[in-house]
Amino acid sequence: MRKVAILSYGMTKVDKHWRKSLRELYGAAAKKAMSSVSIPNIDALIVGNMCASDLSDQNNIGSLLADYLGITPSTAYRIEAACGSGGAAILGAYTAVASGMYDYVLTGGVEKLTDGVGGNTTYSLGKASDAEYELFYGSSFVSINALIMNRYMHMYKTSRETFADFAVLMHKNATKNPYAQLPFEISRETVLNSDMISDPISLYDCAPVGDGAAALIMCPLDVAKTITDSYVEVVGIAGATDTINISSRSDLLTLNSTVAAAKKAYAMANVSATDIDVAEIHDTFTITAALSVEDLGFCEKGRFGKMLSSGGLEAGGKVVINPSGGLKARGHPVGTTGAYQVAEIAMQLAGKADKMQVKNAEVGLAQNIGGSGSSTYVTILRRP
Amino acid sequence: MRPLIDVCIAGWGSYIPMYRIAVEEIAKVWGKSAKHFRDELLIDEKAVTGQDEDVSTIAVEAAKNALRRACISPKQLGAIFVGSESKPYAVKPTGTIVAEAINATPRLLAADLEFACKAGTESLQCCTGLVGSGMIEYGMAIGADTAQGAPADALEFSAGCGGTALLVGQKAKTKDPVATLEGSFSYVTDTPDFWRRPKKEYPSHAEAFTGEPAYFTHTISSTKMLFEELSLKPSDFKYAVLHQPNGKFPIRAAKYLGFKREQIDVGLLVPSIGNLYSGSSITGFSAVLDVAKPGDRIFLASFGSGAGSDAFSFTVNDGILAKRDLAPTVARYIKRKKNVDYAIYSKYRRKIVV
Amino acid sequence: MSVPRYWRNMPKRERLETQKCEKCGHVDFPPRGRCLKCGSESFVPYTLPDRGKLMSFTIVRSAPKGFEKMTPYVLGIVELSDGTTITVQITDVDPSEVTIGMPLEAVFRKICEDGDSGIIEYAIKFRPAL
Repeated sequence: MRKVAILSYGMTKVDKHWRKSLRELYGAAAKKAMSSVSIPNIDALIVGNMCASDLSDQNNIGSLLADYLGITPSTAYRIEAACGSGGAAILGAYTAVASGMYDYVLTGGVEKLTDGVGGNTTYSLGKASDAEYELFYGSSFVSINALIMNRYMHMYKTSRETFADFAVLMHKNATKNPYAQLPFEISRETVLNSDMISDPISLYDCAPVGDGAAALIMCPLDVAKTITDSYVEVVGIAGATDTINISSRSDLLTLNSTVAAAKKAYAMANVSATDIDVAEIHDTFTITAALSVEDLGFCEKGRFGKMLSSGGLEAGGKVVINPSGGLKARGHPVGTTGAYQVAEIAMQLAGKADKMQVKNAEVGLAQNIGGSGSSTYVTILRRP
Repeated sequence: MRPLIDVCIAGWGSYIPMYRIAVEEIAKVWGKSAKHFRDELLIDEKAVTGQDEDVSTIAVEAAKNALRRACISPKQLGAIFVGSESKPYAVKPTGTIVAEAINATPRLLAADLEFACKAGTESLQCCTGLVGSGMIEYGMAIGADTAQGAPADALEFSAGCGGTALLVGQKAKTKDPVATLEGSFSYVTDTPDFWRRPKKEYPSHAEAFTGEPAYFTHTISSTKMLFEELSLKPSDFKYAVLHQPNGKFPIRAAKYLGFKREQIDVGLLVPSIGNLYSGSSITGFSAVLDVAKPGDRIFLASFGSGAGSDAFSFTVNDGILAKRDLAPTVARYIKRKKNVDYAIYSKYRRKIVV
Repeated sequence: MSVPRYWRNMPKRERLETQKCEKCGHVDFPPRGRCLKCGSESFVPYTLPDRGKLMSFTIVRSAPKGFEKMTPYVLGIVELSDGTTITVQITDVDPSEVTIGMPLEAVFRKICEDGDSGIIEYAIKFRPAL
């Protein structure tokens, strides 16, 4: 197996891109990645997307984008793992390069949630759950996570205020991110007074709806070294699954897929949670942030609130969480979020994060969840 | 009418939704007199279905309660009849929805019956025939309705919801028979007192004509002819249950026939839950079974517009004592209630058209 | 929902029928191809109990397609008397009165209608035990 590097990346701002189509949006991100380095060819395109089939009437995304970018006849296909599609695509690209089969693989993802209208978008997003045994009962993706949040609050005596404070931190971080969808500060009251979507999750506990595309080029580490100084090595990467419906989880309050993926990735990278300087974690909802921080090993179960209030998740604390603003404020164009996370970590480790820069960041982690925890993709990068 | 083989009730069960709307709530919206409904028609409030309830769901819970009391496997049922005038599908039998939900499928007969408010007792007649001829071992007769009354119409005050299932078996083969059927009589004529055309949401009725030529003529006729056939008189019965479109009609009919007020009180449910239509008289019968003792004789007469009446005489057996506590009583369901206002009532009954 | 998809799952959704692992006794709902606990492919039919208590709940105020006119409604995870946990709607109770730990029992109710010309979909919900 070859060692793999991230050679370059490109992102669009996360926004409601009414005037850009699926292909134009990915095209914009991909061209940024492709034009920043000089390579002979794109050998394969492995791209993540969740909702295009429902909202844009478009399957066959791989061929669509290969066509648009003029990289035919290279192979291209879509990887779908709900909101973990980006992370899964990157895992796919990694294995394609590590295996020796492809040298330059263009990856990442694209999502056009605004091609749907209100109810259609929500319905499409809900398909990450179990269609027969969750969606059937009138659950939405929000209500599935609300079941987890309510149980967490009951078990760990955690108040809505704690979760609100995380949303506040995310917005504060996003003010430094030029790619963020919501780069403005909010107060705790904004969160607590926002409309209830599915008790106890209110509007400001949720990531916003937006479009975006992030593209990365991956290649063998040895080759990357000859092309640019800004490469970053992928030192650990893993995917894992858990039950698709939350009522079958062995513990409702543990993301077993995150625990399993992190374990494998940490072992592969020969690091532990304490070695991680910066992490982009999957905060679809404030409750998902709590479970992610705990299940990545940054603190003990039930101790998220304590960690947050003591500054443990900010510069000077234990690990800087979501300097980008996370899903809450950078945004969550579902099928490509995982790609944003990896690109953001690469940017941090290459010292190119500008106002968002975490000082002396050597090892970074991206954690991307599919569904309500039914899969997780963990990618660990190291500064050369 | 008597079957060749003696037939009994092997189990019984009812279900009434928990929501209620008081007549005052309806009266204040339309500027009518609540006093008229309370004092003259003897209706205080009526049962209202929740948003997730319909005749299928009511019938299923009543059926499960009847099975619990009958202590038989659902697979032993040879027939399920559901009598209703508000069945969820115009074409697709409620009987099969119930049969599947209670795990009685596939070896049985299932059908839906309609005869306005007497479809429940008609289902009982059908089961009696099938069981009494030896064609099937057990049959389930269900009467359930979620009938609507048109906004501002008098019937809006009384159209309630709920239902009852009676599980019928051969007396000799039933463990702990509950009550034996002594005989029945059915009396029908073409009397168009109350009807609903296919594409209409609400029924129409001929107002006062629904009284003497319809309810009273048929109820009194079926009763008198049953008494004559079985050589019985009102004083032979411990309890009498009549169809209850309101409180006034059954009290008047009972008095005319010679029943005393205390004979009909246990089965008179309309003041607290309204008119259950196909579930009306048989739910009154169910309430009587909830308290009757071995040896009691019970009279039951339904009335269905269009029009007709089925009259029955039952004698209660010892088996009732072992079975009574195996399912919730009618009183339990009546006690479980939450009152709603006209806005919530309209939402639940889908009267809000935007 | 398509008619075949709805019809196929009636025994599970209307009668809580599933399977029990013959090897380790674990019960999964919905049933899996291999036991989630031990991986065995040997099962016996098993019907879930109709009683339980509420493990968690949420009040849905912004509903997905087809459920818009039913809000607010309660979705919950019920821990049944045999330890199995299932996701169901909680009915016959005011959302403000729902509490974790409340005893519940199964009832057959309507889930939704496919417009005014499609089929009506039913399933088991849970309500406060009578």
